[in-house]
Amino acid sequence: MGGRLEIDDLHVTFGQAVILQGVTLSLDRAPLSLVGRNGMGKSTLCHAIMGMVAARQGSVTLDGRPLLGLGPSRVARGGIALVPQGRRMFPSLSVHEHLLLVAGRSKGAWTVERVYETFPRLAERRRNGGHQLSGGEQQMLAISRALLMNPRIVIMDEPSEGLAPVIVDHLIETLRAIAAEGMGVLLVEQNMRVATSVSDQVAIMVTGRIATTMPARELEADRDAQRRYLGVSHGH
Amino acid sequence: MSLQFMITVTLNGLTLAALYFIVASGFSLIFGLMRTVNMAHGSLYMIGAYVGFSVFDSLYASNATAGYAWYVGLLAGVVAAAVAGVVIQVVFLGWMQGQELRQALVTIGLSIIIADQLLAHFGGNPFQFFAPDALFGPTPVPVIGRYSTFRLFQIGLALAVGVGLWLLLNKTRLGIMVRAGVDDRQMLAACGVNVPLISVATFALGAGLAGLGGVIGATAQPVALGVDVKFLLTSLVVVIVGGMGSIGGTAIGAILIGVAEQWGQALFPTYSVILTFAIMVAVLAVRPQGLLGRTGR
Ligand SMILES: Nc1ncnc2c1ncn2[C@@H]1O[C@H](COP(=O)(O)OP(=O)(O)OP(=O)(O)O)[C@@H](O)[C@H]1O
Ligand SMILES: [Mg+2]
Repeated sequence: MGGRLEIDDLHVTFGQAVILQGVTLSLDRAPLSLVGRNGMGKSTLCHAIMGMVAARQGSVTLDGRPLLGLGPSRVARGGIALVPQGRRMFPSLSVHEHLLLVAGRSKGAWTVERVYETFPRLAERRRNGGHQLSGGEQQMLAISRALLMNPRIVIMDEPSEGLAPVIVDHLIETLRAIAAEGMGVLLVEQNMRVATSVSDQVAIMVTGRIATTMPARELEADRDAQRRYLGVSHGH
Repeated sequence: MSLQFMITVTLNGLTLAALYFIVASGFSLIFGLMRTVNMAHGSLYMIGAYVGFSVFDSLYASNATAGYAWYVGLLAGVVAAAVAGVVIQVVFLGWMQGQELRQALVTIGLSIIIADQLLAHFGGNPFQFFAPDALFGPTPVPVIGRYSTFRLFQIGLALAVGVGLWLLLNKTRLGIMVRAGVDDRQMLAACGVNVPLISVATFALGAGLAGLGGVIGATAQPVALGVDVKFLLTSLVVVIVGGMGSIGGTAIGAILIGVAEQWGQALFPTYSVILTFAIMVAVLAVRPQGLLGRTGR
């Protein structure tokens, strides 16, 4: 499990607007967090890696295999799973059907039974519709949907968005456990506490580029950098 | 008005509703997943009827006692329409996914071409299948005495199609994928599902149902050119009344329209056509999304 994801000089434009202008980033064993203000292009990067938006230039490889141009379903089958921003549940499917949709297509540690053991709340609500769940439960389901693909790398786009603080604590535990098992984790976050609790390294995105990558501890201590790159003055 | 008359007219309405349901459920299925308003759906009905009949006719001509001729014709009609549907999806519509106006225009163009080609190859004479012996003649029915066996079969077939579709959509993995695709195609692809393949399968199924309707319709009544427009319009009205993309809604829409059409013809033949549209207008005024339709996301 785990894999080496290399992103090199990635450019994405929407019409005239240049959204990503040369993103270079690599992810190996250790989880990596990516932070940045609203609209800096974090989600666009996630979508470009998955093949959900087209890149104009650059390359993305997983263990040396090029991914650009494959389209989302082949990128997913190639070992990258996305927990999208806003969770994107399927309103027509029950909890259990969300899991059946992705279960059994890949070999690996994650099975439907294991998901229910790990997240007993989902087992209790297996017959409920995805949209009837609370925000925290939806996030668990979105993460389970990704894990069941037994990916080498899971990309999470702002999983803590809109969750209550106690739920965020639970989320942090979950993410750390996933990373500890050896699955690659690229975590996009605006919540500094989540980002720095999950990974030792934090990459900072500013207007479609990686401005810098620094140890999480340093960023935590550097109020000035936080203000400059993230627009937060304290903890957040 | 006698009870016998009322039951007969209602049964006639349900027979018609059964045919409408078979055809419109295919239309609704395709619309639900692909957001494609397939204006060639009536043409797929015609392809089913014409191709099915030509196979049936050649078998029947060589051996009139061949009971299997109708069933083989039915199969041929369904397969021909399904294949035509796959060609339409793969060659024309697949790469303009999401461009609804363009797809509507292309399918209108296709429907004109298909009608002309059918005219050129099969001629313009009306034709009708003979129902096989097992489905021919009357069946005893309480109160009204007897009723056409084939019409009862038609109602049963529609029920089977409805139950089959429900099971497919709710109890199989393909069904889960189709419903997820209705919600969010891109996210479905990001879950590793080959969405274009699901689209082709759905289109084949929807088109096959149009072809099935074509053979059934051409057995119940003679078919001539122009039925493509009639069945396209009926499918549109049924799914607008029932709610786009909902199988249950399609069933309710088909029953309303079919029964209203027969009662209208029985009570005020001159104005019966208006009744269909009056129902549509009334439903749209109260529930623009259709009786069982969900409001747009
Ligand atoms: N499909 C699109 N078409 C045009 N512009 C887009 C599209 N998607 C995103 N953008 C623009 O690209 C920029 C980057 O958006 P993106 O969603 O990647 O930012 P983000 O860093 O994820 O922000 P947030 O933290 O708010 O989620 C924004 O200015 C956004 O308006
Ligand atoms: Mg974002």
